[in-house]
Amino acid sequence: MSYQDFLQTYAARILNGTAVTAAQFLFASGVAILAALIAGLGKLSANPLIRGPAVVYIEIFRGTSLLVQLYWIFFVLPLFGLTLPKFAAGFLSVGMNVGAYGAELVRGAIQAVPRGQWEAALALNMTPATRMRRVILPQAFLLMLPPWGNLIIELLKGTALVSLISVADLMFQAKQINASTYLSAQSFGTALIVYYILARFVVTPFMRWLERVMAQRLGRT
Amino acid sequence: MEDMSNYPLELTGPDVPMVRFMNVTKSYGALVVLDKLDLDVAPGEMVTIIGPSGSGKTTVLRMLMTLEPINGGVIYVDGQPLTHMPRGGRLVPADARHLRKVRASIGMCFQQFNLFPHMTALQNCMEGPVQVLGLSRAEARARSEELLELVGMIDKKDQHPSRLSGGQQQRVAIARALAMRPKVMLFDEVTSALDPEVIGEVTAVIRKLVAEHNLTMLMVTHQMGFARDISDRICFFFGGRIEEQGPPDVLFGSPRRDRTRQFLSAVKEAI
Ligand SMILES: Nc1ncnc2c1ncn2[C@@H]1O[C@H](COP(=O)(O)OP(=O)(O)OP(=O)(O)O)[C@@H](O)[C@H]1O
Ligand SMILES: [Mg+2]
Repeated sequence: MSYQDFLQTYAARILNGTAVTAAQFLFASGVAILAALIAGLGKLSANPLIRGPAVVYIEIFRGTSLLVQLYWIFFVLPLFGLTLPKFAAGFLSVGMNVGAYGAELVRGAIQAVPRGQWEAALALNMTPATRMRRVILPQAFLLMLPPWGNLIIELLKGTALVSLISVADLMFQAKQINASTYLSAQSFGTALIVYYILARFVVTPFMRWLERVMAQRLGRT
Repeated sequence: MEDMSNYPLELTGPDVPMVRFMNVTKSYGALVVLDKLDLDVAPGEMVTIIGPSGSGKTTVLRMLMTLEPINGGVIYVDGQPLTHMPRGGRLVPADARHLRKVRASIGMCFQQFNLFPHMTALQNCMEGPVQVLGLSRAEARARSEELLELVGMIDKKDQHPSRLSGGQQQRVAIARALAMRPKVMLFDEVTSALDPEVIGEVTAVIRKLVAEHNLTMLMVTHQMGFARDISDRICFFFGGRIEEQGPPDVLFGSPRRDRTRQFLSAVKEAI
């Protein structure tokens, strides 16, 4: 079977898998950003009741493997009465895992906003919440965009693991095709190329574009 | 623990100062930066603090802006305690709510301007009135434009700080602080980070404020000529204490203390 024939035969399944991977990626990114923001801010809180859970979350999700977390959320949580559909378990695991790394980026970027900005906001008598929302976060956002670009690429690659709980993503389809045809080079080679294209020609340019737009909006052109 | 019963719950009477430092001590670890400072500033008065590097000038302003906590004594603003609040008939350390209430009367301009880089000049000025004072955008805009006019920055109102020179940024920063309608304005070496040729545009704004507005001002500067021109009183700080103070002509013309004379002649040589 030529590679052309292979593609013609399996294009639909590969495209389906790619669509599922893209959906996993988008949902997981949303979860990661939200979790990172909450945990990053929480870790900076002076209140131990807020800081404690944030630190525990970050430690657990950074200190253990994504695959184990995925299995926990999909296979173990049901034993405690929380059953998630595999699709949701997939993006939640990936998102929570990446969010723990993102939390450190959020915290670092917030702390990197110059002291003078915090002081100017205080001199205007802003509440801590207003200061964070209006002065610190917009500037921290710009600072953390480049490292988030890398993290989001990691997230994309991490979504391949959801195939292990039978979410029908790109990796899952490649494995299925391989299992029925034994065309390993074609199956996994195609998966490799699609992941590369997504990372290199979709996600990376989007992050670059976002960096440019944000920099413009913050008047740093 | 300091005995707080010696401090009044509020200042009353005919001559209530706008600002009173009463027995204020500030230390960083073992280093005592200000030692039992007493300083009054009357309503509408312009007081300039001069003194050698490290003598505690900036610290005085930062404590008043509540950027630094104090370690002893009480600061009063407009008769009300700032660093403390009355509770059960005596003064206890102020909580965040009390600080917010009293801090509303104070504005500050910094050596490094500290404009918000992600906002235009106009947005910088509107931010406080809208977010803190709850003014409508239209009111805040009118007030901000008037102040940008005052500091001569109205035609640059839509520029971000990165597009403005240091002198222009500092003038916007002054307008931003004034937009909060403070009773007391603090200026910490607002011309020290500026190129010599633009210092004049900032000092001109401060001169205008002194001449036309009834603001109480506390300023730290190394520009002796400017200080002499516009101040009602000069305080010479040395080693965390007021070594000598008086009207500018007296302090610059016939200083009584050796340290003042030494400092002034050293400054003169540097020019
Ligand atoms: N955060 C801090 N931690 C430790 N020491 C500090 C801190 N801030 C200021 N100091 C010390 O307090 C003293 C007074 O500092 P301050 O900034 O008030 O001096 P200054 O009179 O404004 O000096 P300059 O003319 O150089 O601005 C200095 O010895 C300084 O080193
Ligand atoms: Mg100083």
